[in-house]
Amino acid sequence: MTATTTTTIIEGARYARHGRPFWRRALLRPESVIVLAIVVLLLIGTFAIPFFAQAYTYQTMILNAGPVLLMLLPVTLVIVTSDIDLSVGSILGFSSALFGLSYQAGVPLWLAAVIGVLAGAFVGVLNGVLVTAIGLPSLAVTIGTLALFRGIAVGLLGTTSITKFPPEIPRFLSSPMWGLPFPPVTIAIVVLAILFGVLLHFTPFGRGIFAIGLSIENAAFSGVAVNRTRFILFVLSGIIAGATGVYFTLQYSNAIGTNGFGFELQVVTAIVLGGVSIWGGKGTLFGALAGGLLIAALNKTLQLAGIGSDTISIVTGVALIFSVVVASIAGFISRRRRSKASALVAAGA
Amino acid sequence: MSVTHTVAPVEAGRSWFQKLVRARESSLVVLIILLVAVTAAIQPSFIFSDGGWRELLRQPTILILISIGEAIVIITRNIDLSVGSILCLSTYAAGTLFANVPGIPIILVVLVGMLLGAFLGLINGLLVAFLRVPSLVITLGTLYAYRGIAILWIGPHFIRSSWLPADFRALGTMPFLGIPVLLWVVLIVVLLVGWFMTSRRSGRDLYALGSNPEAATLFGLSERRLILGAFTASGALAGLAGLAYLAIFATGDAQVGTGYELQAVAAAVVGGVAIVGGSGSIWGVALGAFFLATISNALPVLGVPSLWQQALVGLFIVGAIMLDRILFISRIRRAKREGSAK
Amino acid sequence: MTDAALLKLSGVNKSFGAVKALVSADLTVEAGSIHALIGENGAGKSTLVKIIGGLYRRDAGEFLLEGESVDFHNTKEAKDAGISVIYQEPTLFPDLTVAENMFVGRQPYNRFGGLDRARMRRETVELTRRLGVPIDPEREARGLSIADQQVVEIAKSISLDAKIIIMDEPTAALSGVEVDRLMGIARQLRDEGRGLIFISHRFDEVFALCDVLTVMRDGTYIATSRTADVTEDDIIRQMVGRSVENLFPKEEAVIGGPVLEVKNLTSAGVFDDVSFIVRSGEIICLAGLVGAGRSEIARAVFGVDRYDSGSVAIGGTSVPAHNPMGAMRLGMGFVPEDRRKQGLAMAAGVQDNITLAIREDLAKLGFVTSSMEEPSARTWAARLQVKTHALDTEASMLSGGNQQKVVLGKWLATEPKILIVDEPTRGIDVGTKAEVHRLLSELARRGVAVLMISSELPEVLGMADRVLVVREGRITADLPRAEATPEKVMYAATHATGETA
Repeated sequence: MTATTTTTIIEGARYARHGRPFWRRALLRPESVIVLAIVVLLLIGTFAIPFFAQAYTYQTMILNAGPVLLMLLPVTLVIVTSDIDLSVGSILGFSSALFGLSYQAGVPLWLAAVIGVLAGAFVGVLNGVLVTAIGLPSLAVTIGTLALFRGIAVGLLGTTSITKFPPEIPRFLSSPMWGLPFPPVTIAIVVLAILFGVLLHFTPFGRGIFAIGLSIENAAFSGVAVNRTRFILFVLSGIIAGATGVYFTLQYSNAIGTNGFGFELQVVTAIVLGGVSIWGGKGTLFGALAGGLLIAALNKTLQLAGIGSDTISIVTGVALIFSVVVASIAGFISRRRRSKASALVAAGA
Repeated sequence: MSVTHTVAPVEAGRSWFQKLVRARESSLVVLIILLVAVTAAIQPSFIFSDGGWRELLRQPTILILISIGEAIVIITRNIDLSVGSILCLSTYAAGTLFANVPGIPIILVVLVGMLLGAFLGLINGLLVAFLRVPSLVITLGTLYAYRGIAILWIGPHFIRSSWLPADFRALGTMPFLGIPVLLWVVLIVVLLVGWFMTSRRSGRDLYALGSNPEAATLFGLSERRLILGAFTASGALAGLAGLAYLAIFATGDAQVGTGYELQAVAAAVVGGVAIVGGSGSIWGVALGAFFLATISNALPVLGVPSLWQQALVGLFIVGAIMLDRILFISRIRRAKREGSAK
Repeated sequence: MTDAALLKLSGVNKSFGAVKALVSADLTVEAGSIHALIGENGAGKSTLVKIIGGLYRRDAGEFLLEGESVDFHNTKEAKDAGISVIYQEPTLFPDLTVAENMFVGRQPYNRFGGLDRARMRRETVELTRRLGVPIDPEREARGLSIADQQVVEIAKSISLDAKIIIMDEPTAALSGVEVDRLMGIARQLRDEGRGLIFISHRFDEVFALCDVLTVMRDGTYIATSRTADVTEDDIIRQMVGRSVENLFPKEEAVIGGPVLEVKNLTSAGVFDDVSFIVRSGEIICLAGLVGAGRSEIARAVFGVDRYDSGSVAIGGTSVPAHNPMGAMRLGMGFVPEDRRKQGLAMAAGVQDNITLAIREDLAKLGFVTSSMEEPSARTWAARLQVKTHALDTEASMLSGGNQQKVVLGKWLATEPKILIVDEPTRGIDVGTKAEVHRLLSELARRGVAVLMISSELPEVLGMADRVLVVREGRITADLPRAEATPEKVMYAATHATGETA
């Protein structure tokens, strides 16, 4: 009967796709604000600061921010599940140490690099096991592994640093690619950003990640493998941090115990700044990356303006607080609006 | 139907001796004694020299003070990562005061340091209590911000010991009844805070808040007031620790206190404070801090390069929270078995 | 009795949006009595108790405490007025000692300005001993059995000099001995002149313990009687006595072969030796009282909870234990009891919620986009007639009925062979209720096997082809539609098999 086919065609047609008009949605998103801030910042820099508008500026901006940009990608997914990984800075240092020591001991470069990555994977597995199998809060676990592996890195390398690496590598890593003002690490950032972005936003696995962050119970009741997902994310975070350790060591031709010190704070700041909710369940990978770029642009602008790197710390700290305060107030307002608008609350009789 | 009077015997209340043996504090005391004994065996001057045992008692004071403040916050199920930065600001503020106001009474400088710390802590508290933002994020931000302010303010300068009055410099070494004055101060603080946490309503309320935040509001406990108080106290104690730092090292620059927040968390966790809040004793924390600080002194003697100290701190954190978790699970299992009246 | 009753509520109304929880509730409690409050789920007992305890405020009606009108704004005010409620889940502080729990917020000081622990200890021991359950005051509250936790809460009530003590299903989690103990305590409290309100479904306990009973139904007061003057049958009739109107046009469905086969499912302490079969086109209802273990059985079948022994199979294929995804792949759907916490992501939109369970099915080459999800979301939102403006409206903004429709849509989208629904119409307005029933009925007609859990008798009797009654983890009756009556179901729900009526 033709009636059936007609019904299917118009089924659900009355629903609007989105509750708010496009412009409102697009403009009020944290990501938009961040991108806007970046653009404004770069404009200010270009017009107000001498020597700003050069290829070299952007070159060094990405170069300096590279490690943080790389590491924040998997950590974003961890935070979306409402966990956290504070150990990434120490993983970088640990992997750097093992990489440097292996290479120094005569291991071929590629193999030493593999060892570095495996070191990161190891810590990731440790984090994952402690959080999922033993059930410890991820904040506590990763503070512990942060301290432990930073200590091991320092202990292994001692006061020495390993600086003998093939010199053509750091040169390559620091020079612009194909005439554009972007160092080779940019490729890695872009590729990984796409990979993690797709994983988070366009796969069933990623849907599961959001579900866990929004409501662990609902996720479990919907067939999401909660613990397995969380475990995988910690391991991914460790692997990327380990690889970043190898990269960082080669970029600066230096394996020293303090490599990566404090990076985890920059990672979390970038992610939260980018609009990812610290409670989990909301945010975009693009936003996190944008947050990282904003911090990079901020650092660069301040540096070139002659303002010391000290102010950068203040600015980062204040930016972090500011972004969560704004998010908190915004949440408060929308909750008020919601409870006024919907007086229909399900009652448990 | 008559009520069957199968009254259970009073819960096998553990004798005080059993409780003593099981307590975390006892294990720590034993560990400390072992550590000191072994180290002294290798190098007797570790204790048995004029500077030896005094140094032993002096070093941990900074960590003890800062860890107690951290513990108060952790007990309420929060965390304070900004204590290292607060310490730095307090140290430099004190040094500057000594330099610019000759003859200023020491006690006044101490008060200023503590008030500064309290103020910075209050900011943390306000943001956490009123804006419902997780303390992890807030104190991460203030860690950066306060550190940045310190760097801006201090720049490349540092405190010269000549700025400090001789009396002050002697606080760390001058004995009063045989024990350095500084240690007396720490002892008094530990006693006072410990007493407050166990014997005053507000102190117990802090534990209640961390133990079951939902129930806390049901019983009319003011969550805001408690959180404000906890962070202010943590800041004040970090401020005091800054003064202790100045007294011991007689110098200070913009890097002072870097990494101290981790050590404070480690000391608290080793000392028996649950990372999820609700339990832990101040004495335990003091012992935990003492243990950790003493280890870093003992390492060189024991033949372990002091560079491994950081790794040890980390190992202790991981080990302590794992141990706590395992003990927790077995304690629940045991309590469920014994707990029901049969 | 010339004195004013201790507690008197009359004509109390309470609504939550479109849902009328209390239409006209009356309750009069005398000092020195144990008063039972009886009614099915949805009868309004919980709401009434929450109003008395200060958690809610009534919309209309009288609320007199010792003759004076009161209106509590929060639980603290009620507590201060002498009203104490002991819920099924006690709210103790696990890390504090028993003595400290007793005195939270009001610990006594000694002359040195510190906590007078000796006094706290003494009073705790005295109170618990008086209740016949000595508990070590210095042990931490964590790990105490539910029974002991209740005792601590009761001791706290006495310590606060509570005049009215309400116990909400206190015996649900207790063993036989603990129940006796609790009843002894209740009698003691009564003899001290307090007024007790005892909510329970267990008639043997109610008749043994209580002096007076009040029955409620559908948010309305039905009757109060002295226990000596009535029989169980009278009470059951009062509880369910309404014409089971044909609100649910249950269509005839062809019943086919077995789809879900559960055999000897056991989970120690939760349910025991549960076996049943659900056929294609059949609607099986698990009936029983709250706490009987029905949801636990369902969760174990689906895989969210573990079980100790037994088996679950769909169409002959064994369903892996503790693996919801595995069960889903074999065609099982599960609409949970608590839609806010278990069925939905409240902060997510309609589309995201509806498409969560089918995320793998929608994916092409491993990828899924919002555009790919949209058609399914539209289809199922439309079929269930979810009332919302847009597909990205947050679930928390929807009414209870619409929220339930989203949950149903989510699971119907998986096109299950067997759909388990736990309390499908709880907390929903009448109109949506009928829609849900129509939907389930149509599902059955199309060959889906439906396992429904419900605590509402009319729903059970109206929808089920067979009623399986569960009591304390066991199936006590298997009634085909023609034989099922409210009395038989209620009887089986309150008695173990083997007892004669």
